[in-house]
Amino acid sequence: MNTLDHEAEPGTDTAAILRQAATWHADGRRVALATVLGTWGSAPRRPGSHMAICDTGDFAGSVSGGCVEGAVIEASRGVLEEGEARELEFGVSDDDAWAVGLACGGTVRIRLEPLS
Amino acid sequence: MQRALLDELTAALEAGRPVVWASRPSTGEEAVLRPLDLREGEVESTRGPDAWPLDEARRALLEDRSFAVEGPAGEVFLRAYNPPVRVVVVGAVHAAQPLVRMVRTIGYRPVVVDPRTAFATAERFPATRVVTSWPAEALEMLVPDHRTAVVTLTHDPKLDDPALMAALATPAFYVGALGSSRTHRRRVERLGNEGLSQEALARIHAPVGLDIGARTPEEIAVAILAQIVERLRRSSS
Repeated sequence: MNTLDHEAEPGTDTAAILRQAATWHADGRRVALATVLGTWGSAPRRPGSHMAICDTGDFAGSVSGGCVEGAVIEASRGVLEEGEARELEFGVSDDDAWAVGLACGGTVRIRLEPLS
Repeated sequence: MQRALLDELTAALEAGRPVVWASRPSTGEEAVLRPLDLREGEVESTRGPDAWPLDEARRALLEDRSFAVEGPAGEVFLRAYNPPVRVVVVGAVHAAQPLVRMVRTIGYRPVVVDPRTAFATAERFPATRVVTSWPAEALEMLVPDHRTAVVTLTHDPKLDDPALMAALATPAFYVGALGSSRTHRRRVERLGNEGLSQEALARIHAPVGLDIGARTPEEIAVAILAQIVERLRRSSS
């Protein structure tokens, strides 16, 4: 079998996000991982989408089309302080969602947990 | 998530192995499941005494979806991690170059197969896995699975026919062959004489790609890739 293997890192987005989380953690940073558990109606990211958030405020990946990431990063501070996972829900019908503006008209349920 | 579990997930992704992260949001319990590694009816729990929903985890991988299921011990979220879709391009021809680039752009993984080493060079296909074996041998090594597409582009029956025969013997979700309707009729006749069933031959997408009037190699690549995405996403969910 002849193979010329000049392949670059195969990684998908997901692999890159998880690797970034591991790298931050290995550097001694505190890291939270957000995961989309479910979506209803029109939502831009599929269930399973990840966002990793470092305690410096840096993040990788996304859990929406950009509309709730700010709120998730904000919530990650509390999660990292307390070391406890929590669930977040954003949708057009609740006040929070108006505040952060889920323009797509869907609802998204997100689990936010510390990497321990 | 535990760091050790994260490392297990990333190692599996880098090795191209399908795995599922199972977690119970209510308790924080979690496990890495490998349901496709299990034989029919075999049940294994990789961590903890509680049984995880392995059949559902298997479905998550096969459908490439993540979802929550209700079980006797409460809700379980199943996050499916599949390795990238592979697109095996048989024929290191000109049209293969934009196709390989676009395959990579959408996060899939291209593999080029061509025994003609004048075509199959690292210069023509930078940062790409290039297999310079005959197609049948190459496909035997690459083992196309339900997340693999095979496209033949050589126009040469000596290369395309054995590649198609090998591809149709696998669960590849997409098999396509470049060439006109007339070329394809003759191809179907040849492959039928080789003993392939009408059912198997009906799996070949030919003329290859969605009918969008593509003319240039780049446009043809768009048409092929769009058809691959359609087969992947429309047939499984």
